Amino acid sequence: MRYSGFKVFLEGLTGNRGWKPAWRDPEPKSDYDVIIIGGGGHGLSTAYYLSKVYGVRNVAVLEKGWLGSGNIGRNTTIIRSNYMLPGNEPFYEFSLKLWEGLEQDFNYNAMISQRSILNLFHSDPQRDAFVRRANAMMLAGADAELADEAQLRRELPFLDFDNARFPIKGGLYQRRGGTVRHDAVAWGYARGADAEGVDIIQNCEVTGFQIENGICKGVQTTKGAINAKKIAVCVAGSSGRVMAMAGMRLPIESHVLQAFVSEGLKPVLPGVITFGAGHFYVSQSDKGGLVFGGDIDGYNSYAQRGNLPVVEDVAEGGMAIMPMIGRARLLRSWGGIMDMSMDGSPFIDKTHIGGLYFNGGWCYGGFKATPASGYCYAHLLAKDEPHPVATEMRLDRFKRGHLIDEKGQGNQPNLH
Amino acid sequence: MIINHPLLGPRDAAEFVYLGDESLIERPDPNAPDAADRFYEYGYLRDNPAGEHKELWYHEQGDRSWLVVTRNTITHQITHVELARDVARAKGRDR
Repeated sequence: MRYSGFKVFLEGLTGNRGWKPAWRDPEPKSDYDVIIIGGGGHGLSTAYYLSKVYGVRNVAVLEKGWLGSGNIGRNTTIIRSNYMLPGNEPFYEFSLKLWEGLEQDFNYNAMISQRSILNLFHSDPQRDAFVRRANAMMLAGADAELADEAQLRRELPFLDFDNARFPIKGGLYQRRGGTVRHDAVAWGYARGADAEGVDIIQNCEVTGFQIENGICKGVQTTKGAINAKKIAVCVAGSSGRVMAMAGMRLPIESHVLQAFVSEGLKPVLPGVITFGAGHFYVSQSDKGGLVFGGDIDGYNSYAQRGNLPVVEDVAEGGMAIMPMIGRARLLRSWGGIMDMSMDGSPFIDKTHIGGLYFNGGWCYGGFKATPASGYCYAHLLAKDEPHPVATEMRLDRFKRGHLIDEKGQGNQPNLH
Repeated sequence: MIINHPLLGPRDAAEFVYLGDESLIERPDPNAPDAADRFYEYGYLRDNPAGEHKELWYHEQGDRSWLVVTRNTITHQITHVELARDVARAKGRDR
């Protein structure tokens, strides 16, 4: 069933009796060409592109809980491609271009809103670093625009420009950045993959891998054993737990990142604003709530909740740069589990076990990568070679010394 | 979280800085024939368990001692705290 304005109109006239479930709820078959473990944003987009673009039809997505119950529904919905390094920036720009055509491609309203993202800077050296980043972005075909203080004073008069510690001297805009209705991304990809024949199997937890002579032949699940030629793990946040079942240790620590929503306000923020120096970023949802967050809590965690010191730190950062939010009440806060990798960059790669593939290590930047992550993972699964924009996202890059470390922090995951 | 410091008693975790897995105490022998592989594993690979985790915390806003904290990564409950110095000596290191 194709969704359209006309369809909504027609259904409205006929009592809305013609709507069908957006995807089937099948039982697993005994054999598949590809099994994707993880029915979140990345797993579903992998299934979608694998079937639609690469023509692999006999595909199943196994999801432990319900579809989209992980980080695809727990993030702060920002899309952008303002990275710097050659291993990253072309990938994220590819992702942003996929976002721009996504709703038409999968025929689903994901409320993609390119309302811009702004990174504030506070000193001359920081401006120079941002100019360098902007140039790297433009070299990869992305848009970047430097704004000076006078321009920001006109556009965003509510910021505390004369902050004693971090006076605002300007910012780096990416006008094509913005926000997306995150759950709709999972639903749209699920509906699109299902239409291509992908079996999306919910409430089906993988409990083990069937590995014989170094080759993975299938998985054990709570719904029985399932065989497949290729097994694609896509469970960022739980990568450590799942890959431990295959006997692998990863260059990843799991950390908790908190996010917050205020009560609904009238429109006050035109786009996304980030205050990196103060560990704070914010946007405003279409319902009016301020959606904001800051740094990870900083210790290994699989609990989807954080602790008070970071709540205070984020609130202080917000008050420092945007004093007008002081009277807004906090409505909700929650935590999500991040695969924090050793250089802050992700993995889309084969493993040393035949037929077993790995996608993870997205740190706190997985949401914006959803389309490209799925596309590149599908490319790897279909062709057994990396997509041209994801050639550096290898698991063995630490051993070879080819890190993709945007911030130059080294192997300390809680600093990325 | 409250970390029950062996010398100072219960302290707010905000006074501490987190480093990572306790295995970082056991630095590989740089003269071993497979030192490159061992340092790769030491530097980059982690067990990352869901459940009990032994980890290094540094009391930066306090007495600047290193602690080995046994904490559950699912519940955040801390069950045991020792001085890292004692743990290292028990492993045969001289300090």
